[in-house]
Amino acid sequence: MHILNRIARSSISRRDFLRVSGGLGVGLMVGFDVRAQGSGAASVMRAAGVETVDATGFVRIAPDSTVTVMIKHLEMGQGPYTGLATLVAEELDADWAQMRAEGAPANNDLYKNLAFGIQGTGGSTAVANSYEQMRKAGATARAMLVAAAAESWKVPASQITVKQGVLRAPGHQASFGEFAEAAARQTPPKDVKLKNPKDFTLIGHKLPRLDASAKSSGRAMFTIDVQRPEALTVLVQHPPRFGGKVVSFDDSAAKQVRGFAGAKAIPQGVAVYANNFWAAKKAREALKVQWDESGTERRSTDELVSIYRSAAQAPDVTATNRGNVRRALARGGRVFEAEYVFPYLAHAPLEPMDCAIELKNGAVEAWYGCQFPGIDHKVIADTMGLPQDKVKVNVLFAGGSFGRRAQPTGDVAAEAASALKALGRDASIKLVWTREDDMRGGRYRPLVLHRVRGMLDQAGNISAWDHVVVGQSIIKGTPFEAMMADGLDPTTAEGVSDLPYAVPNLRVAARTMDVLVPILWWRSVGHTHTAYAKETFVDELLAAAGKDPVAGRLALLKDHPREAGVLRAVAKIAGWKGAKVGQGRARGVAVHKSFETYVAQIAEVSRGRDGLPKVERVWCAVDCGVAVNPDNVKSQMEGGIGFGLGAILYDEITLNEGRVVQANYNDYRMLRIGEMPRVDVAIVPSAEAPTGVGEPGVPPIGPAVANAWRALTGQSVRHLPFTRTLAV
Amino acid sequence: MTDFSVNGKKVSVDVDADTPLLWVLRDELKLTGTKYGCGVAQCGACTVHLNGQPRRSCVTPISSVQDGEVVTIEALSTAAGDAVKKAWVSLDVPQCGYCQSGQIMSAAALLNELPKPTDGDIDRAMAGNICRCATYVRIRAAIHEAAKDLKA
Repeated sequence: MHILNRIARSSISRRDFLRVSGGLGVGLMVGFDVRAQGSGAASVMRAAGVETVDATGFVRIAPDSTVTVMIKHLEMGQGPYTGLATLVAEELDADWAQMRAEGAPANNDLYKNLAFGIQGTGGSTAVANSYEQMRKAGATARAMLVAAAAESWKVPASQITVKQGVLRAPGHQASFGEFAEAAARQTPPKDVKLKNPKDFTLIGHKLPRLDASAKSSGRAMFTIDVQRPEALTVLVQHPPRFGGKVVSFDDSAAKQVRGFAGAKAIPQGVAVYANNFWAAKKAREALKVQWDESGTERRSTDELVSIYRSAAQAPDVTATNRGNVRRALARGGRVFEAEYVFPYLAHAPLEPMDCAIELKNGAVEAWYGCQFPGIDHKVIADTMGLPQDKVKVNVLFAGGSFGRRAQPTGDVAAEAASALKALGRDASIKLVWTREDDMRGGRYRPLVLHRVRGMLDQAGNISAWDHVVVGQSIIKGTPFEAMMADGLDPTTAEGVSDLPYAVPNLRVAARTMDVLVPILWWRSVGHTHTAYAKETFVDELLAAAGKDPVAGRLALLKDHPREAGVLRAVAKIAGWKGAKVGQGRARGVAVHKSFETYVAQIAEVSRGRDGLPKVERVWCAVDCGVAVNPDNVKSQMEGGIGFGLGAILYDEITLNEGRVVQANYNDYRMLRIGEMPRVDVAIVPSAEAPTGVGEPGVPPIGPAVANAWRALTGQSVRHLPFTRTLAV
Repeated sequence: MTDFSVNGKKVSVDVDADTPLLWVLRDELKLTGTKYGCGVAQCGACTVHLNGQPRRSCVTPISSVQDGEVVTIEALSTAAGDAVKKAWVSLDVPQCGYCQSGQIMSAAALLNELPKPTDGDIDRAMAGNICRCATYVRIRAAIHEAAKDLKA
């Protein structure tokens, strides 16, 4: 999703201070208004009237000295609660034990992603876009505490030191809490000086996750756990094929189910209301729906693949063109050709789609793991026919997302709001999708076909690379369509359109297909397939030229020091001595940049008893600039490797005459603990600004395993998942 | 009516006999630490202890729980349970956290049976618990750490 970075990057420089002096023991709150239209004064006035903890702002210091950071990014496992709180704590000179984190509600003005221009999480941008903003919030709060202490102690501010949450001056000492309210009365400084990174005591150090305890005791509150008085559970019967519409339904049998409370047709299907989940599920099973399937998708996967195969012969948009591929290929040499097929993939987060929403006295409040509050807030308001200031969206923990909850058109929010509105009265509902709804509900990683041709010259150098990518566009027809560049969705070819290897003649082209299957960004987006095609193809070319996979890549990366850096680092920790290691094992390597983070991985595989590769070990090197929380960087690499590995080995969503075949985890299989390799991670030291780690661990694992498998068996796997090619 | 005990307290619920224990815990008793993930005993997010044994509550009809003793994550307090929870926090196992109640219930049951499990024992006992964030490296390490802690 890094294409969104282009939006409103300039707004970072327009920064106003915003101070909210909350009553009733709230103490100091500090925030920054970074709206693109610099209307700071108006927002101060509006915010000043707010007295609850929901007031705008980022840092709240309470009289008990706890420091709560309002986290503008969805905590879906990737660690922003801890990461963003670290940035504040560093500049505030707080003690880590006093830090707390809380999800910020929908408020585009205050909580926008500076890389997007709207509030939202994605593209591995959480720490990157907040790095300076959150540090300034911490430094501002610190300055206000110091000013309050200086006033009270009658000493110059310059004599006050702050360390681990304690303010000191000769003869004086105080906790933050003692000055929380006095600090709130201070005028925030116009500008604050940030620390020299060499003085960091928290950034770059191992700090425990702020949410680990709640998530290890059943206390963490997810959407599905929201309990509102008199709330109804809602399940929606969706059409069996994408694009289907309700004609009519019969709920007479559903009425026999104890706890059934009614059914309504809504744009998304038929909403079934009940007093609890089980009743809603049984009532839905008893429902008879007649569908209008005239405009539905009715093709099967194999049919789509053959259509894509033909389309690959005639790409209609060029992403990259350097040198002259056609002429180079005509010149003669050893030509290699490969076709890759990447299936539709479900995100399958363990918490299925859900949303709790309530209408009361003309106002709506929602509670859920919302990934794009900047979009969903408006979608809910529009669906309900209310102004946005009558809608409040509270952002809770999400039980995984991997992109699934970041919907450009706010589909799930719209469905929940439609189900609420259809009741036509004040009510509280909780929309819950079953696992089957989630698996069959669309919004997949697109089906993609690559056709790649490459040529080796007499000397064994890669002289030409011609690459065509065919698939649906993720952003076409969405509010993000403006990001299309000359008819190209940049997410289609990202990761190969910027091929780092020194190839004199390169063409990357694409063809956008229209299919009614709804698709979406899936953890690392275009890189999920481009990295696989790029890194397995280059590996085959290097092998054909008799070159070592690591040394051969390094020779092609002379102008790309950070790719080369992670490659050298991973080769070092793995003790790389070539792909063949004997004893029934082989190794494969891959290196890939995504979301401005560089990752190289080496996988060691053997033949598993099931006929699939058994991945014994993985070594990983990552360069993400300053590693704000190195242990979280490590855990995101571990998780990214497991996530990517499960997908390439086992997963595909297929269509049979337009109907999704898979339904649950039995036929859309997750990696399990016995299949998880040992993982060693090296973080390459860097003083560059931090970049994300949520996604970049995913792309290299597939090609690293495929390269190892080819080294072991001679077999290239180009049609994913492995279970399809190996027919096990 | 079905009578059983949950976390040491006697309860009596009036629900359809086929209602899974999971939804009785969540919707009737408001114990939401036990999670729904698949409904077909594939993911383990709903794991509880029934009469001391790990059970997938999503496929356990309430009628089969009559007179049983159920323990959920909210009240897990055996020596093994405490050691597991402690290790989970100290190694920062959770990412999204949604599956972790079930992981912890399975891990605690494993350590009750086998205080010093091998990697193979862990693979077998934890095979029914999916972590979509793939925190498996740390789950394994935390079980070993809890085992060490129990022995000490």
